[in-house]
Amino acid sequence: MFKFALGRLLQAVPVLLVVITMTFMLVHSAPGGPFSADKAVPAEVLEALEAQYNLNQPLWQQYFSYLGDVVQGDMGPSFKYPGRSVNELILSGLGTTAELGLYAMLVAIFIGIIAGVTASMRPNTIQDYVPMTAAMIGICMPSFLLGPLLVLVFGIHLEWLPVSGWDQIPGDKVLPAITLGTGYAAYIARLSRGGMLEVLSQDYIRTARAKGLSEFLIIGKHALRGGLIPVVAFLGPAFAGLLGGSFVVETIFQIPGLGRFYVQAAFNRDYTMILGTTVFFATLIILFNLLSDMLAIWINPKLRQQVRGNA
Amino acid sequence: MLSIPEPQRTNEFNNMTSLLDVKNLKVHFHTRNGRVKAVDDVSFSVNAGETLAIVGESGSGKSVTCYSLLDLLPKPPAKIEGGTAMFDGEDLLTCSSERMRHFRGNDIAMIFQDPMTSLNPNLTIGEQLIEPLIYHPDKARRQSRNIAKCRAIELLKEVGILDAERRFKSYPHEFSGGMRQRVMIAMALINEPRLLICDEPTTALDVTIQAQILELIKKLQKSRNVAVIFISHDLGVVAGIADKILVMCNGLAMETGNADKIFYNTEDDYTKRLLNAIPEGAKTMVNRAQDKSLVEVSNLRTWFKDYSGSKVSIVKAVENASLTIKRGEILGLVGESGSGKSTLGRSILQLAPTTEGTVTFDGTQLTGMSNSQMVPWRRRMQMIFQDPYASLNPRMTVFETLAEPLLYHGLANKNNITEQVQSLMDDVGLARAQMRKYPHEFSGGQRQRIAIGRAIATKPELIIADEPVSALDVTIQAQILDLILDLVERHNLTMMFISHDLSVVRYISDRVLVMHHGILIEQGDTESLWANPKEPYTQNLLAAIPLADPVSERARMARI
Repeated sequence: MFKFALGRLLQAVPVLLVVITMTFMLVHSAPGGPFSADKAVPAEVLEALEAQYNLNQPLWQQYFSYLGDVVQGDMGPSFKYPGRSVNELILSGLGTTAELGLYAMLVAIFIGIIAGVTASMRPNTIQDYVPMTAAMIGICMPSFLLGPLLVLVFGIHLEWLPVSGWDQIPGDKVLPAITLGTGYAAYIARLSRGGMLEVLSQDYIRTARAKGLSEFLIIGKHALRGGLIPVVAFLGPAFAGLLGGSFVVETIFQIPGLGRFYVQAAFNRDYTMILGTTVFFATLIILFNLLSDMLAIWINPKLRQQVRGNA
Repeated sequence: MLSIPEPQRTNEFNNMTSLLDVKNLKVHFHTRNGRVKAVDDVSFSVNAGETLAIVGESGSGKSVTCYSLLDLLPKPPAKIEGGTAMFDGEDLLTCSSERMRHFRGNDIAMIFQDPMTSLNPNLTIGEQLIEPLIYHPDKARRQSRNIAKCRAIELLKEVGILDAERRFKSYPHEFSGGMRQRVMIAMALINEPRLLICDEPTTALDVTIQAQILELIKKLQKSRNVAVIFISHDLGVVAGIADKILVMCNGLAMETGNADKIFYNTEDDYTKRLLNAIPEGAKTMVNRAQDKSLVEVSNLRTWFKDYSGSKVSIVKAVENASLTIKRGEILGLVGESGSGKSTLGRSILQLAPTTEGTVTFDGTQLTGMSNSQMVPWRRRMQMIFQDPYASLNPRMTVFETLAEPLLYHGLANKNNITEQVQSLMDDVGLARAQMRKYPHEFSGGQRQRIAIGRAIATKPELIIADEPVSALDVTIQAQILDLILDLVERHNLTMMFISHDLSVVRYISDRVLVMHHGILIEQGDTESLWANPKEPYTQNLLAAIPLADPVSERARMARI
C-alpha cells in the first residue's frame, strides 16, 4: 500500500507542474494587473511597486523564480494584502473552511447513505420514491437559494438557529453545514442507491438470504461493502469540491474561510494569491482522490492482495 | 444388466411420512407483458434420505419451484397463487418471514448453480461458513465464534478442502470453481439440515469436477440421511443419484416416477424427447475427410502476460501445438476450462496474437500477416461463438447482421442483397419474415442459427465453432448440431469444433484432439479414441462423463 501511495504521489508532480504553468500563463495573459486600479497611480510609484514584486522581470524569469519558491513551500507575498504572505492567508482561512467542509461531509455521508440504502431496499415503491425525489430536488437546488431559504425558515421565522456567523453563538454551524452538504448528500444518495441495487441483485445476496440471515445482516454485512464502492470513489473529489466550493456558503453566512480569498484574488489580479490557492486546491484534490482510491482498495480483498503483492 | 441392491431406496410416492409434501403449487409472474405461469399445479414429495431430481429445460420452472419453497423469489413480480408445501407439518408457503428464517439454512439448505458468484467476494469463506451458526435465528442454538470455527474447519476437511485451517481465512477468489462449490456444500451442511436443495450445482463445472461434486453430495447424503432435491437440465447428471425424478416443461409437471421408470420405461412424450436429444453412443461414420490438408499448424505458441496476480506472470495458453485440419472433416477439440482450446482456435484464425510457430491456410502462411493483409483470408475462414446472446449486436437486425459480411467482402450488391440474405435464412432454418427483427426477439437456439448464418454468409472454407451449443438446452442443442452437420455436408465445409462436452464432440466429429494445460496430449479418430484412450488424462475425462443410464451410473457411485 505504501508503494502504491508513493507511486501515485510521484505521478502528482507533473500534474501539479501543468496546473502551475497553465494558471501562471492564464493570469498573466488576463488584461490588467494587480496595481491597475480606478485611481491612476503615478508612473514612478507603479514602477517601484512592480520592482518590489519582481514584476519588471521577463515573464520566464518570474515563472522560474516562482517555481523555485513553490518547491520550497513558499507561495510568495500577497499583492493586495501588503505585508502578508499567501501561506499565512491560506492558513488563516483553512481551519474554518476545513471544519465547515468536514461537517458538511458528515451531513452528506449520513443523510446520503441512509436515504440511498433505504430507497434501494424496496425499489419502485413509496420507500424509494420519497428519498429519491428529495435527492433530485437537493441536486437541483443551488446553495445560494437553499441557504437563504433555510435562514428564512429556521433563523427568522422559527427562530431556532442563528442566521449567520461562525463559532460565535451555539448552533451557528448547523445551517451552513446543511446548506453546503445537501447537494452532496443528494448525489451520494443516488450513488448508494444504484450501488446497493446492483449488489442486492447478486447471487451471493441470495445465498445469504438462503442461509437464514436477518435482513439487517444481509444489508449491513453482505451488501453495504460492495454497494458503497461508487460512494467511496466519489468521496475524494467530493471533499476537495466541498473545500473549494464553500465560497457561496461562506458569503451567505459570513464565515471567515478560504473561499473569499479565492474569489477576491481573481478580481484583484492578485497573481500570487490566485496561483497559491489554485495550487493548494489542486494538491488537495490529488490527495483526497488518492485517499478514496486507497479506501476502495482496502474494501476489496482481491485488489488489496494485489497491491500488497506488488509492494 | 447389472442391478445394484439399494436398501434405503424408497419407491413409494404417497408415503404419509414424507419430509416435504408439495401439493398443487402455483407460482405466477406478473410482468408488464402479462401473466407468466412459471409453475402451474405441480405436486411432489420427498422423504428423509431420499433424492428427488427435478429435470427440465430452461424456463421449465424447476428453479422457481424450489426458490418458492424458501421464499427466495423476488416479489413482485413473482406471486404464489396457490398450493401448499408441508415441511414437517408446517406450510412453507404461508409461514411468517420470521418463521421462514428458522427454516432457511437450518432445516432446509440450498446450493446454487454458479459457485463463482454465489459466495460474497468481500468476506472470507470462514466468515461466510460460520454465519449460520453465530447468527442462528434460534438463540438457544447460537454458537460462539470459536466453536463455530472448529465446526467449520471440520466440515471443510470433510468436503475435501486441504489445509482447512489456513484456507478458513481465504477469500473466494483464491479458490477454483470446484473448490468453491465444496465450500458452498460445507456452508449448506453446517447446521445439519434435513433437506438440501441443489440448484444445478455442477452445471458451471468441468466434467471431472462435476463427477467429484456429485460423488461428494451422494456421500454426504448417505452419512447424514438428508433428503436432497437436485435440480438439473441434464438427465445424465441425475441418473446416478436420483431415486425419483420429476420432469417439468413450461411450468407443468410432465411426469413423476422413480428413476428407472423414467429412464427405461417412460410413457411421456416430452421425457422421450429429452432422452433422445442426449447425444450418446457411436454414430455411423461417413468419411468426409479428403487427403488434402486445409490448415497446418506447427509448433504454435500463444503466451499471454497475466497482470492479475501479485507478479506479472506468463500464461502459456497454447504450448507447442502442431496439427492438421484436412479438407472436409470435422475436427473436435476437447478440453476443460482453462485448457487453452479457445485460444488455439482463435490463434488459428489470427484473432489472438501468436508468440511463435506458424499457421498455414491452403498453402499460405498466415502468421506474420498484417491486419489488412488478412482481410481477403478472413472471408475464407469464419468463427461461431459460444454465447448467442452476447455475440450478436443487439442494435442490428438479422438482415443487417447477415448482410454486413456479404457487402463488406463484395459478395453481394444493393440489388441482390435481400435475395442473398433470404437464401441464408432458408439455409439456417429461419423464417424469411423474421428478417427485420432484432436479436432479443429470438430464442437462444434461433439466435445461434443467426450466428451460424453470419458465419457461412461469406461461403468460407473453414469454420471454427467455439462451444456453439453449450449455452443451449438439450433439445435445441440436438437441432443445432444437426443443422451444423447438414451445412457441413451441403456447403462442403471444413470445421474445427471446440467443446468441453465430450458427448457432443463424439456426436459431431470425425477426429478428435484432446487438450490439457495448453498442450495437445492425444488425437485420433473419434471412435477409436473413445474405445481405446491412451493417455491417463483422456481416460479420466471419458470416465467422468455421466451417462443417462441409472444402473451403470449407480454402479459407478457404488464403486467409490
